[in-house]
Amino acid sequence: MAKIMSFDELKKIKDRVQSQVDLREKGENIESLVQVRVAMATCGIAAGAREVMNYIVEESAKAGLTNVVVTQTGCMGYCYAEPTIEVTVPGQEPVVYGNVSLEKAAEIIDKHIKNGVMVDGIIPATHKSIE
Amino acid sequence: MSNFKMHMLVCGGTGCISAESELIVSNLQSELEAVGMGDQVQVLKTGCFGFCEKGPVVKVLPDNTFYVEVKPADAAELVKEHIVKGRKVERLLYMDPDKKERVADSKNMDFYKKQMRIALRNCGFIDPDKVEEYIARDGYHALGMAVTSMTPQEVINVIKESGLRGRGGGGFPTGLKWEFASKYDADQKYVVCNADEGDPGAFMDRSILEGDPHSIIEAMAICGYAIGASKGQVYIRAEYPLAIKRLEKGIQDAREAGLLGENIMGTDFSFDIELSFGAGAFVCGEETALIHSMEGERGEPTTKPPFPAESGYWGKPTNVNNVETLANIPIILLKGSAWFAGIGTEKSKGTKVFALAGKINNVGLIEVPMGTTLREVIYDIGGGIKNGKKFKAVQTGGPSGGCLTEKDLDTPIDFDNLIAKGSMMGSGGMIVMDEDDCMPAVAKFYLEFTEEESCGKCTPCRIGTKRLSELLEMVTEGKAEVKHLDEMKRLSRVIKDTALCGLGQTAPNPVLSTLDAFYDEYLAHVQDKKCPAGQCTHLMTYTIDPEACVGCTACRRVCPVEAITGEVKKPHVIDQDKCIKCGACYDKCKFNAISVN
Ligand SMILES: Cc1cc2nc3c(=O)[nH]c(=O)nc-3n(C[C@H](O)[C@H](O)[C@H](O)COP(=O)(O)O)c2cc1C
Ligand code: SF4
Ligand code: SF4
Ligand code: SF4
Ligand code: FES
Repeated sequence: MAKIMSFDELKKIKDRVQSQVDLREKGENIESLVQVRVAMATCGIAAGAREVMNYIVEESAKAGLTNVVVTQTGCMGYCYAEPTIEVTVPGQEPVVYGNVSLEKAAEIIDKHIKNGVMVDGIIPATHKSIE
Repeated sequence: MSNFKMHMLVCGGTGCISAESELIVSNLQSELEAVGMGDQVQVLKTGCFGFCEKGPVVKVLPDNTFYVEVKPADAAELVKEHIVKGRKVERLLYMDPDKKERVADSKNMDFYKKQMRIALRNCGFIDPDKVEEYIARDGYHALGMAVTSMTPQEVINVIKESGLRGRGGGGFPTGLKWEFASKYDADQKYVVCNADEGDPGAFMDRSILEGDPHSIIEAMAICGYAIGASKGQVYIRAEYPLAIKRLEKGIQDAREAGLLGENIMGTDFSFDIELSFGAGAFVCGEETALIHSMEGERGEPTTKPPFPAESGYWGKPTNVNNVETLANIPIILLKGSAWFAGIGTEKSKGTKVFALAGKINNVGLIEVPMGTTLREVIYDIGGGIKNGKKFKAVQTGGPSGGCLTEKDLDTPIDFDNLIAKGSMMGSGGMIVMDEDDCMPAVAKFYLEFTEEESCGKCTPCRIGTKRLSELLEMVTEGKAEVKHLDEMKRLSRVIKDTALCGLGQTAPNPVLSTLDAFYDEYLAHVQDKKCPAGQCTHLMTYTIDPEACVGCTACRRVCPVEAITGEVKKPHVIDQDKCIKCGACYDKCKFNAISVN
C-alpha cells in the first residue's frame, strides 16, 4: 500500500475497502436487514436463479441500498415456479415470489425492498421455507 | 465494488492450523474455481473464532453458517452443496448437545449468545495479514483522530474516563498509568506491550495477536502519542511463532502504509515498533523482570518503586500494558469513553476474555461483559460440565488465583468481586473442575508450577514454594498430619507477606483457597488416608475378593513388586505393605476380582 499522507487519505482508503467487509458486517446484523433468499437447487439454477441472485446483489448496491442482504437457500419446493426468491423485511412475515425474471427482480427491488410495497407474483404463504 | 456474493472464513488460528485449516483454504479455492465461482465467493483465512475445541471452523457469510470439525476433504461438498445449491451441509453443522439438534447460525449457538466481542472484535472476522481489512473496520482511525485532532492529555482523559483497567492481571487503571508516564520528562520514552502470557492454559493474548495484530500496533502508537514516546517494544514469547509472524507482517505493512515510522499521517508524530523475544519463563511476564530481560539481563524482578513509568526500559519512562488491554484502546477512542463505561460493573468496565478449559463441554476462548456470572460462563457459554458430572470448582487467575465453588457461581465476575472471594481475575485462564478432581492435587499442580518458575532471587518464594509443594505431596501421599495443614497455612501467610514480586506473593493462593473451601477433603487425606475423588494413587487400596478370584495367577505375574501371592486355582492376596498401587493387577484381572478404593 502506498504511504498514507493524511487522515483524510486514510478515510478515503477506508471508503474504498469498506465493501470488502460489508458482506460480513451485514451477516452480523442480519435480522435488522431486508433479507432476500434465492432458492438455489438444481431446478432453480437451471431456471436462472444464479443470474437473478447476482442481479439483485449488483442492482441493490448500485441503488445504494445498504440494508439488503442476499443469501441463497436450498430448494423451497416450488420447482414449478423457479426461480423463486423469499423477501423478508424486518418485523414482517417472509414473502415468496415465483418465476422471478430479471425484470421482476428489478420491480421487487424498486417497490418491495425500497418502499415496502408488494408486487405481483407472490406465492401464497402456505409454505415454511426449508432451512 | 467487490464482486463477491459470499465469503467463506476459514479459521487460521494456531489450533485450527494444526488441524490442516490452511489446506481447507486452498481446497475451497480450487473447488470454487472448478465450478466457475472463484470470482463470486471469497475465501479468507481469519484469526481464532474461539471454538477451538470443535475446529477447524469454517463460517459462511452473509448467512452466518457455522461449520465445525471441517476436514480438507469436506471442501468439495461445502462448495457443491452450500455454495452451488444453497443447501447447508447438515453433518458439519454444530450439534447442540442438550437439544440434540444441529444449529446452523452461529448466533443461535449457546456458546456465542452471551458473548460480547470488543477485544476480539476482529478475530475470526478479518484476514489478519491484510491491513486493508483492518482499515475497512475503521482501523487506524483512532490513531488518525488522536494525532490530528486531540492533545495527548485529551487521549489520556478518554482512557481514564472509560474506566479501562489492565487485563494483564493487576487491574490497574490504564489511563492513570499513561498519565504517570506522560508526566515524566525524558529524551526518550517507551511503550512496551507485554505478550509474555505465561499462565498455563491461557491463550487470549496469542489469539489477539494472531487474529488482529494491527489493533495492537495501532494501540501502541496511540499510547506513544499520549505519553510522548516514539519507540515501542513488544515482548513476546518465542513459542508463539504464528503470532510473531503475523505481528511482523503487520508492522511491516503498517510501515509501508506510513502508519508507523516518521511523521505519521503527515503530522509531527513518529513512532515505530520492534520485537523482543522471551524464552518463556513465567516470571518474565512481571513488568520489571520483563524490562530486565529486554535489556539482556537476567529476567528477575526488582523492587518497585521506581515504577517503569519513572524508570523502565534503559532507565527511561516506560509504559507497560498487556495485549488485551491494548486491544481495547482504538475502539474506546472511536466509540467514546461513555460507551465503554456503560458496559460492565461499577468498578470494572468493558469485557474480559477468558480461556475456558478443564472439564467443560465447550473449551475455548470467550469474551463476556464484566459482571457476567460464573454460572453463565460455565453453564450457558461453556455448555456445562463434561459427561454430566457434578461441578466442583473453578480456578481463575491461574497459579496466582484461587478456586471458586458452587456458592460463588452467581457472583458477577469483576476484578474486585473475585478478590473478595479469595481468587483473582488474573490474565483470564479459567479451569473448571468436576467431582473427579482432587483439590489438594490441584493445589499441588500449581505449586509445582510456581516452584519451578520461581526465579530464586528471594528466599520466601524460592524455599517457601518448594516447602509448600513438599507438604502438598505429603498430603496426597497420605504422609501428612493435621499439624501439617496448619503449617501450610502459616507458611502461606509468610510467603505472601515477604516475597519480592507478584509471583511469590500470589503463589500460596491456590493452597489457601482450597484449604478454605475444601478443608474436609484435606482432612480425609491426612486423617483417614483417603482421597475422596479417587485421584491420589498412593491412597488407594487394591484388594482381591477371594470369592471372585479363580486363581488364574495373571495378577501375580504382572505385579512389578511381587506383592501378590497365591497358589494356582486358589484365591490370591495382595500384601498391602509391598503394593505400590500401580494398578497393573487391576487391569489384568479378567474376572473382576480386584477392587480399588
Ligand atoms: C509473575 C507475574 C507474571 C506476569 N505475567 C504477565 C503476563 O504474562 N502478561 C501480562 O500482560 N502481564 C503479566 N503480569 C503483570 C505485569 O507485571 C504488568 O502488571 C502488566 O503487564 C501491566 O499491564 P496492564 O496494566 O495492561 O495489565 C505478570 C505479573 C507477575 C507478578
Ligand atoms: S517472589 Fe519468587 S519470582 Fe519473585 S523475585 Fe522472589 S524468587 Fe523471584
Ligand atoms: S497394584 Fe501394582 S503393586 Fe499393587 S498388587 Fe497390584 S500389581 Fe502389585
Ligand atoms: S487375575 Fe484375578 S482371578 Fe486371576 S488370580 Fe488375580 S485376582 Fe484372581
Ligand atoms: S484456532 Fe480455530 S477456533 Fe480457535
